Amino acid sequence: MGSTNDKEIVISVCTGTGGIAAGAFKVIDAFEEALEEHGLKAKFKSRTHKVGCRGFCAKDVLVDVAVGEDVVTYEFVTPEKAKAIVEKHLVGGEPVKKWLVKDDYHAFHTKQQRVVLHNCGRIDPESIDEYIATGGYKAARKAIFEMEPEEIIQEIKNSGLRGRGGGGFPTGIKWESCRRAAGTIKYVLCNADEGDPGAFMDRSIIEGNPHAVIEGMIIGAYAIGSHEGFVYIRAEYPLAVDRLRLALDQARERNFLGKNIFGSDFDFDIEIKLGAGAFVCGESTALMTSIEDKPGLPRPKYVHTTDKGLWGRPSNLNNVETWANVPLIIDRGADWYASIGSEQSKGTKIFSLVGKIKNTGLVEVPMGIPLKEIIFDIGGGIPKKKKFKAVQTGGPSGGCIPASLLDLPVDFENLSKAGSIMGSGGMIVMDEDTCMVDVAKYFVQFCVDEGCGQCTPCREGLYHMVKLLTDITEGRGTEEHIKLLEELSEVIIDTSLCGLGKTAPNPVLSTLRYFRDEYEAHIFDKKCPAGVCRELTTFVIDEKKCTGCTMCARNCPVGAITGEKKEPHLIDQSKCIKCRMCYEHCKFGAVLKM
Amino acid sequence: MLDVETIDSILAKFPQPKGNLIAILHEVQNHYRYLPEEELRYISKRTGVPITQIYSIVNFYNRFSLKPKGKHVICVCLGTACHVKGAEKVINEVKMKLNIDVGETTDDMKYTLEEVRCIGACSLAPAVVVDDTTYGKVTPKEMASILAKYK
Repeated sequence: MGSTNDKEIVISVCTGTGGIAAGAFKVIDAFEEALEEHGLKAKFKSRTHKVGCRGFCAKDVLVDVAVGEDVVTYEFVTPEKAKAIVEKHLVGGEPVKKWLVKDDYHAFHTKQQRVVLHNCGRIDPESIDEYIATGGYKAARKAIFEMEPEEIIQEIKNSGLRGRGGGGFPTGIKWESCRRAAGTIKYVLCNADEGDPGAFMDRSIIEGNPHAVIEGMIIGAYAIGSHEGFVYIRAEYPLAVDRLRLALDQARERNFLGKNIFGSDFDFDIEIKLGAGAFVCGESTALMTSIEDKPGLPRPKYVHTTDKGLWGRPSNLNNVETWANVPLIIDRGADWYASIGSEQSKGTKIFSLVGKIKNTGLVEVPMGIPLKEIIFDIGGGIPKKKKFKAVQTGGPSGGCIPASLLDLPVDFENLSKAGSIMGSGGMIVMDEDTCMVDVAKYFVQFCVDEGCGQCTPCREGLYHMVKLLTDITEGRGTEEHIKLLEELSEVIIDTSLCGLGKTAPNPVLSTLRYFRDEYEAHIFDKKCPAGVCRELTTFVIDEKKCTGCTMCARNCPVGAITGEKKEPHLIDQSKCIKCRMCYEHCKFGAVLKM
Repeated sequence: MLDVETIDSILAKFPQPKGNLIAILHEVQNHYRYLPEEELRYISKRTGVPITQIYSIVNFYNRFSLKPKGKHVICVCLGTACHVKGAEKVINEVKMKLNIDVGETTDDMKYTLEEVRCIGACSLAPAVVVDDTTYGKVTPKEMASILAKYK
């Protein structure tokens, strides 16, 4: 690396929600101060650079230090480390090796194909110029000046792009229906109400590269013949809302939005609509009802929203990731796009890889990649040498995929065959310490809390499913409980009004399909194999393994553990609240779940 | 006391109230930290939106509150990633320390405890948001020290 003479120094700091929570702004301040202090600001072209989410949130704050062409990445950067990096690396000329990213960082990236996320973590999401410098808005110009609307739709159809919000409906066909629908006023909508727990793909795209979504919507609006667009975004994502608002203002200033955009005769503008904390508003008809200033109640869909949607007019709704794919397809062509992915699922898919996994973060992979490559190669496997049990995909509408299906190619068809769904891309990894009955209960309870209350099967049926599941987890389960759960599931799926209800029993059905033995252990043996359900678990200390380190006693919140130093400890069962603290803190595996 | 000036200045930002009621309510709640009844009635009068429609929205959406909130709002994420990583213990710690349940406010109006289903900070699970600050990988012990920062 050597001297930094006359080379430009750029320090790129991740400022996504993850980076900020890990202290990104303090790190930037520390870099700025140190650059000033060492006179690097005056002497060289040096600056800090805010970038969006880089995906590997487990390593935040991640910092790229570029000296001319040489780029290295530091992990877990703190303000103190930032000062030292300036001194040792930029002044001294030697990168601080011990703080550089390790092999797992490279493994995390090797099998990914970052197409949609390419610019996330590279450009400043608050600068339209940086987006333009990477070829941004080129596709929108091409679409408006060189292509007919029908041609654009054909291109999207040829690419094989399918909706990334969950359903996987072919995007080109949706656009075509909306274009052909009767009426002169049409709307294009972006669903940024990413409500699935465990999913943050859309948040990161908007936080990291908001202009890609805007550009996609411009192209879609032109193809469909719409002049008004809306982004419906969760109020729970304040940073994404701010960055999107700024990006829209910048696009308007450049005349990329508004009247006669890019100097053409096409008018189009986008407005932000804030959600207010209702999961059901991610459902297409509920989302539109919410924009109309009403409670977000879904309606039956025998009339498609592409014919009668928002305010009764033809409306085309796609989610954030789908829109962000569009400029790439127009820019590089349908053939390029269709060359990525599997037979019926084209392109890449972004997943948020979270839960009991070493490398948590956001990953983008080609469709059809085997599940185990995502979990073990990219994700680095399960921490603390625990066993992989299942991965949950598709949020409350999805299901759990067991270890026996780790070879499964991840695409729309195969996930659905396995009893789950692609969903919007949440992937929650579970290890041997996760109770599958508890997980099923969690999701059904989620849908009870978030349901709109309109239709009886969903409102009453799910409530009773939670009651049955609670009976099982608290030791009152019988064989009849499983039968009733299956029966209720069938009725709820068949008769609910909207997608929320129709899919809500999926987590129960898929855990019954793959983890029936766990249900049976709860019911017949009155045991929770994972040691999660309190009523069915007892913690005891194995005298032979206990070294008397006192770790468990010090972490017990109710003082239920006693014992002398270096002597085996004992749990007083009458005091134990089964919080698992002792189990998690014991380094010798001496706390047993019975 | 009805605060006409504040509401008027908020309404002035939305020349077209149609399609903006939720946005207006967000602004009002940001200002008062809840939605006071008198102000809602005034908004109804000014915009022509029936008070019943305003209430139907306020009651449907979780973000809106008709009850005053404490000085600090502690929001524990109960998304799936947080759930499997022990968010329940974190929320129990807050309940125990403050002696309030979810949705309640301490008598001294200092703290309100809320739960949220996923804030999309799953790689930081379990996550807690206090006012506008997100804390990641929170253990019950850390939760206690976070609380101590907010007086």
